[in-house]
Amino acid sequence: MTFTLAVPAQLMQALLPDLVLMGGAMVLMLMSAWGPESASRQRAVGLGSIGVLLVTLGFVIWYATAGMTSTAGIIAVDSFRWTADVILLIAAICTIGLSIEFNARESIHYAESHVLVLFATSGMMVLTAARDLMIVFLGIEIMSLAVYVLVGMNRRSERSAEGALKYFLLGAFATGFLLYGIALIYGATGTTNLLTIGQRIHDFHLTQNAMLLIGIALLLIGFGFKVAVVPFHMWAPDVYEGAPTPITAFMASAVKAAAFAAFFRVWTESFGQMHYAWILPIWWLAAVTMIFGNAVGLAQRNVKRLLAYSSVVHSGYLLVAVAAGTLLGSSAFLFYLFAYTLATFGSFAVVCAVSEPGDKKLGISDYEGLWSVRPGLAVAMAACMLALLGFPVFGGVGFFGKWYVLQAAVTSPYQLVPLAVLLVLTSVVSAGYYLNVVRVMFMMPRPEGATDPAPLGGMTKLVLVFSVVTMLILGVFPGPLANWTRNSRPTPPPATAADSAYMVRPIVAATP
Amino acid sequence: MLAEALTLSAVLFAIGVVGVLTRRNAIIVFMCVELMLNAVNLSFVALSRLYGATGQVFVIFVMTVAAAEAAVGLAIIIAIFRHKQTVSLENINVLRG
Repeated sequence: MTFTLAVPAQLMQALLPDLVLMGGAMVLMLMSAWGPESASRQRAVGLGSIGVLLVTLGFVIWYATAGMTSTAGIIAVDSFRWTADVILLIAAICTIGLSIEFNARESIHYAESHVLVLFATSGMMVLTAARDLMIVFLGIEIMSLAVYVLVGMNRRSERSAEGALKYFLLGAFATGFLLYGIALIYGATGTTNLLTIGQRIHDFHLTQNAMLLIGIALLLIGFGFKVAVVPFHMWAPDVYEGAPTPITAFMASAVKAAAFAAFFRVWTESFGQMHYAWILPIWWLAAVTMIFGNAVGLAQRNVKRLLAYSSVVHSGYLLVAVAAGTLLGSSAFLFYLFAYTLATFGSFAVVCAVSEPGDKKLGISDYEGLWSVRPGLAVAMAACMLALLGFPVFGGVGFFGKWYVLQAAVTSPYQLVPLAVLLVLTSVVSAGYYLNVVRVMFMMPRPEGATDPAPLGGMTKLVLVFSVVTMLILGVFPGPLANWTRNSRPTPPPATAADSAYMVRPIVAATP
Repeated sequence: MLAEALTLSAVLFAIGVVGVLTRRNAIIVFMCVELMLNAVNLSFVALSRLYGATGQVFVIFVMTVAAAEAAVGLAIIIAIFRHKQTVSLENINVLRG
């Protein structure tokens, strides 16, 4: 079915999965505000939130399999949106699964924390759907405002408050750049619609327009902050360390994925023909991110900071897929996001399980000899580390993620072979810290007097088993996921007779 | 008229950026961020004389979001004040590494 977005009722239908999530979140918000704070209410609202997310996931899968399309308008109805939504919803479900038990352990009895995850997720779903810079802005803000609060959720913790303040100030600063970029692009092209921007750049020969170029540069800075690429990453390690651990996982996976999805759509649909202008800056951002992130990652002694730098580095890898600018780049991008999300949740579930109340025991030295006391946790952590490294078989699907990104880079028309070489070399460097965690767990003796980690809660165990097992199975049979992401890409609606004069230029097609 | 308005907006934006980068009080940094957003609003309003209502609609969105951001931001600043009895960014440095 094709939605005519100019008709309000059909626009609502095109946004149905998002509206289900927002409606469910508001009902749960009322429920959590209705009675006193208590551990049981926190748990009930958490389970309700997972229910709402599962229903939303059902709607997304229904829309994706029904092959819905739409006319040109403010939102996109295409396979790229649905695939990104599935990744985000899985990440949100895992976050709440970890949060329920983490909050109980840390005596955070605010049931609203789960609802805020739902609000953030609804903002992300708006972002993946956005085909208008106005909607991109709204999606980023709905997401960010909820996440600012989530970072500071643990009000007894000074670190949590400090992380929230840093994230808020730099996030708002980045929003300023993003908005000014949008204003200048609007000034140069006279529209905020992504497809129309692309058409007008082509029709009015705006590729050398100074206002447009400055606008794109500012937009790149804004997105760079949101996805944490070097040199706009300085908030990430501090905020990731200060935030409650499940929220750190949420930020490292879902927030990054959503910002990247919007980034990808804006770049391919609006600025595909401007590649000569942005290819060099993005090339350098990716290169610097991979080199710097890996070098600093080597020096980390705190697991959360280590994973923070790891997430910065993975932004660099994803940027390579964006720079490829091809259909292959789009499928590699989604495949990588999926693999990375699973590995992130696996490793953060282990961090939750090993840490102790008050967010203690986060040093890498606390993992010494984990194999001898909790072999299951040690094996899961090892698999996730190898997945983030991109190791075949034992690292599961992580290997294929990197493989597809490399393939996209070397077949790209923009000469990204040096970047692909750099990706491989920096991955080798990253083995220095990923394998160090594995070495510490398996080859060091358990220190005298070290307490064993508390037994795993049911939800944490479920999240851990789900992400690690899915990761390993997909590592052996990547076919279905590869097919699914190969068919998912930003799809501009077919031009109608009325706007055939403004024929949309498709993103560059390259076949392996 | 348009050129003057856009220049003023660029100057205001630059003042905001410099303020965020140089000031060390969380509230003042936040005010500078608001200045940046309002500079952008000025651009949108000026440009909408040229292109129609989209720019003005955008300004309404930006103002709404800025108000929500202020609510969240001030709450976070109060939360950190309760821990530190200060909002000076120089003293907010537990997280580093």
